[in-house]
Amino acid sequence: MARHNRAKRRNISWFFVAAVIFIYVVIACVDLSLFSKSVVLFSNLIIKIIPIFIIIYVLMTVTHYFITPDFVTKHFIESGMRKWIFIIIGGILSTGPIYMWYPLLADLRKRGIQYGYIATFLYSRAIKVPLLPVILFYFSAKYVFVLTATMIIMSVLQGIAINKILQFEQ
Amino acid sequence: MIFSKNPLLDSLIGSAIGSVSTGPPITSYIIGGELLKEGVSLIAVTAFMVAWVTVGVIQFPFESIMLTVKFALIRNATSFLFSIVVAIVTVLLLNNGW
Repeated sequence: MARHNRAKRRNISWFFVAAVIFIYVVIACVDLSLFSKSVVLFSNLIIKIIPIFIIIYVLMTVTHYFITPDFVTKHFIESGMRKWIFIIIGGILSTGPIYMWYPLLADLRKRGIQYGYIATFLYSRAIKVPLLPVILFYFSAKYVFVLTATMIIMSVLQGIAINKILQFEQ
Repeated sequence: MIFSKNPLLDSLIGSAIGSVSTGPPITSYIIGGELLKEGVSLIAVTAFMVAWVTVGVIQFPFESIMLTVKFALIRNATSFLFSIVVAIVTVLLLNNGW
């Protein structure tokens, strides 16, 4: 199913590219000056963010190499405070599409891991270290620091809340 | 412009748009940055970016198959609410000298 979803996403990506090219062609036919203005804007944006993309590519390769599903599974079994810390770090450093992680998380659930920890892992995935250069390009370092810290705290609160809600329902 | 100057309403609108959007997080940062340049409030932009990466309306069917419908519902609902809370807390902390 994950492979099917990946193939579907790839197709959607190509449709998106085709749609964008089509829109550009239509605009060029209707208003050439608007077309050239948008091409210049797009080119400037691409030139600005190419160095950032190179840094991201390197960071993603490194994290993808070290943070594997086996690494995450091993640390979900820790206990107490260490468990929370490892789940948050695992979530932050995990890479790849979310579809790749659902089967692993479902398997961990079958092994008795509480839903709250799974929720914390999923929430922590929202913090992307390799993408820091991009967010820093648009926002201040202070903003990124405060947002990241708030999201880490919120990931734990969500985990606790989900454990409580599901325990109460059971 | 669908955003108002009401922080709570702006964060709600930002979260709602972010929740139904999909794509790599990098896209949300770029859109967020450009929205900020266009004068959209930081609270709305933050809510939008946080909801984009934490709420998965598009992934919901697969998540519910793998981890149960109840879990997927509760997780996405709490993520939506928390995206508003994160936006408000972040902007409050920044405005108070953090």
